[in-house]
Amino acid sequence: MKGTNLGEFEEIALLTILVLKDDAYGVSIKREINEQGKRNISRGALHTALSRLEEKGLLTSKQGQGNEDRGGRPKRYYEVTNKGLAALQEAKEVRDQLWSQVPAFSLK
Amino acid sequence: MSKKSAHQPPRWADRFLEWYCRSEILEDLQGDLYEHFERNTISKGKRKARQIYCLDVIKFFRPYTIKKFKIVNNITSFIMFKNYFKTSVRSIARNKLFSAINVIGLAVSMSIGLLMITFISEVFSFDKFHKDGDRVYRVNNIYQEQQEDPTPFATTSIIMADRIKESIPGVESQVLMTRGFGGDAKLDDKIIPISGLWATEGFNDVFSFEILQGNPETMLSEPNSIVLTDETAKKIFGDTDPMNQTFILGKEDLYTVTGIIKKPPFNSHFTFQALGSYITYTNQNRQGERGENWYNAWNNMWMNYVYVKLAPNTDVNDVNQKLLALGEKESEKYEHLTITSELQPLYGMMAGPDLSNNIGVSIGGAVIWVLAGFTLVVLLSAGFNYTNLSIARSLKRAKEVGVRKVVGATKRQVFNQFITEATIISVIALVFAYLIFMFIKPHFLGLDPSIERSLQLEITPILFLYFFIFALAVGLLAGFVPAMFLSKLKTVQALKNAGSTKLFSKVNMRKVLIVIQFTLSMAFIISASIAYTQFKYALSFDLGFKTENVLNVELQNNDWQKIETAFASIPEVQMISKSAMIPSVGSTYLVDMKYNNDSTELFYNTIDENYIDLMDHEIIAGANFTNKSFEGEESEIILNEETLKRFNLGTPNEAIGKQVEIDENSLTVIGVVRDFHYDKLDQGIKSFGFRNRSNSYYYVNLKLNSSDLPATMTKIKNAWNEVDPVHELQAQFFDENIESAYSQYVIMGTIVGFLAVLTVSIAALGLLGMAVYTAETRMKEISIRKVLGATEGSLVSLLTRGFMWLLVISAALAIPLTYLLFEQQILNGIENRATIGVLELFTGVIIIFGIGILTIGSQVRRAAKANPAQTLRSE
Repeated sequence: MKGTNLGEFEEIALLTILVLKDDAYGVSIKREINEQGKRNISRGALHTALSRLEEKGLLTSKQGQGNEDRGGRPKRYYEVTNKGLAALQEAKEVRDQLWSQVPAFSLK
Repeated sequence: MSKKSAHQPPRWADRFLEWYCRSEILEDLQGDLYEHFERNTISKGKRKARQIYCLDVIKFFRPYTIKKFKIVNNITSFIMFKNYFKTSVRSIARNKLFSAINVIGLAVSMSIGLLMITFISEVFSFDKFHKDGDRVYRVNNIYQEQQEDPTPFATTSIIMADRIKESIPGVESQVLMTRGFGGDAKLDDKIIPISGLWATEGFNDVFSFEILQGNPETMLSEPNSIVLTDETAKKIFGDTDPMNQTFILGKEDLYTVTGIIKKPPFNSHFTFQALGSYITYTNQNRQGERGENWYNAWNNMWMNYVYVKLAPNTDVNDVNQKLLALGEKESEKYEHLTITSELQPLYGMMAGPDLSNNIGVSIGGAVIWVLAGFTLVVLLSAGFNYTNLSIARSLKRAKEVGVRKVVGATKRQVFNQFITEATIISVIALVFAYLIFMFIKPHFLGLDPSIERSLQLEITPILFLYFFIFALAVGLLAGFVPAMFLSKLKTVQALKNAGSTKLFSKVNMRKVLIVIQFTLSMAFIISASIAYTQFKYALSFDLGFKTENVLNVELQNNDWQKIETAFASIPEVQMISKSAMIPSVGSTYLVDMKYNNDSTELFYNTIDENYIDLMDHEIIAGANFTNKSFEGEESEIILNEETLKRFNLGTPNEAIGKQVEIDENSLTVIGVVRDFHYDKLDQGIKSFGFRNRSNSYYYVNLKLNSSDLPATMTKIKNAWNEVDPVHELQAQFFDENIESAYSQYVIMGTIVGFLAVLTVSIAALGLLGMAVYTAETRMKEISIRKVLGATEGSLVSLLTRGFMWLLVISAALAIPLTYLLFEQQILNGIENRATIGVLELFTGVIIIFGIGILTIGSQVRRAAKANPAQTLRSE
């Protein structure tokens, strides 16, 4: 199973991309994680994670249009692959399963 | 947003990103960063946004973003390099004269550079063999009497060792050493003189000299223990095992050998033949109340060295502060005296400041900087030559550059090509420089006996690396300006009319370089001649007594009576006297003198009744000492005029009979001697007295009257050998003593003179190159002028005028600058010195002008004499 195990940060990144749908590129992903996750991530770390996910085949990316803001440079849009969805699903299942077994009182 | 982005992220950060980032991901990374930057500018302001941008760029510097090492790129650049190399070699070979000028100039100056590199790396390698040497420091005392300038000493008091133990935390171990250990070692019928240091048992904790035998912890703990170096042990004991052997040292002290240490390596800042256990020394001297006072005196600081090893992570400043506080507290006991201390690191002691009472020789940081400065000047001079000639020749190379650019060479490639050329020249020069270096090395070492004793200038493999890097650096620096200049040429301009256009905008810079070169050359020559006059002046100065035909013989612990009797039988010896020291050569004896309630330091010499007559001192009042054959306390003193003034003793006649106190003895002033130069000439005349104590003589002074000096010297030697067959006769004429005391001027003069010759020849070479070049390029102009009726003389003056102006400007700069430098800095503060005359100032200028006219003239005359038909026909 090596390779499909998701790290915490990878999971967040994949989910964020899913949330953003068609508008998932570097800047927007970082902003979304900042806002939703209430945490400030470095763009270097994000970029590293994204490229690793792409290497693993959990993400694909394509070149988009450039605009003035970006000094005319194209955006790179990210999309979660089926393999990525499966990995997310699996991660969720593991967690749900564990959650269901946690005795109720220990959460109070 | 339609407007073009008004805010720019920092350019360097952007360039850096473009430089390292892989091209596949650069586009969108940069896009992200730009977008982010734009937002930040609006939300957080421009400054902050720029900061964030830079930080982000640096944060992106990760393995996966960095460009892959491209082998293809390397192959091209390798091929290009081969091409640069080839063209460079061709161009060097084509212009033999220019290349030769450059190589010779660079080689000569670089040889000095190599010498400097070897010298500096050797000086800084001193004492590096001590383990944890970076934590070892020496306690140096700073001695300040009343409001006079504080004097730094390498020595400290004996009690300092105890005080450190009691009150300075952070000291891991320490050693106390005192000079003066040694004497004649007697074993059976062998007598071998040895010298060394008294040392406490901390010696081996602080230093890491190699111990061959014995227990490092205890070898110096017991009284009458001695540690020998292997060399000394072999001298005394031959091949037998020296451990636990006993022998007599000095008069009757029996010592036991408790350890053998390997002879201190040459790069140790102090050396010894033997170490005596410190307890022996204190046992001998710390007796009674007097001994106790002596041991505890804070101002008993003339012979003892304390080295400490600090515990790891101890702050040196902390310890220094505590030492300062300690010194201030201890000095409260003394009315006019403040003695404080500070630490000096072991590393760099060799290159450290010149301290009084130093334990060994030190080169002195200032000397290193001065020499390095000189070297830099010589190097600059040769570098200027290269720059000058290359720019001058760029006229011819401009077409080549144009063609290269048309074919597609970038600015950078052209730059690389010319830098390569310069580097090749400097590496060729390195080979010659090394040969010259090997040649001048022994001469440098032979400049002064003290240099030879403390330096070897050994060439280690790592030095070759330094040499090579040095050559590359010289090449890069010398080639930088011409390469910049040529690579900036506009293609079209270079091809179209290379000769006429703005190519010569650099002409002023060339003139400036030539002026600097010649100003330096002249300054060097002037300095050398000033140093020489100063030396001459010191030698012929009237010291206030006569030194002619006086031979000073060191007693070397012999009984003076025996020696005197032996010498008295030689007919050529006119007069014999005894003295404690030789004045006027830099060493001094000091004692505290009291009169009424006033006290000051008195310089002194201990003499017998014949000394004043022999040296021809003038007694202006009172009388000389009389012959006293008793061994009692001293009771009389002869003072100089300055002392009378200092103590208000009145006129010389009034002073006679007054009582002064020295060493707790009351002395009667029986005579007044005319002031003379007791110290070196750079010091003024201070309070001085002749003392008369029968058992503190170290020298016998002989006045000779001989027509056959070598024969007399043999007689003296024979007489000496009869009394003392062990030690060799140590005798020097007073004039020689003085000459060697002022040898610093000679050394300075020699070094500066040598460098002057170098800079002048390098500058002359450059001038020759420029003259050849001018003559060549203006050949046509000259020919046409000649056809139209110009005389040879007018042509010569036309061509020479420009250069002569440069020389005149150089002279106008060099003379006042050197004059001021010597007047205000170097000679300032020296009491007696020769004035700087017009002759010294102008000799240099005249020499330079002569050389300049010769170099330029030879070329110009050739050009002017050439047949104009020949030159013009080839059009």
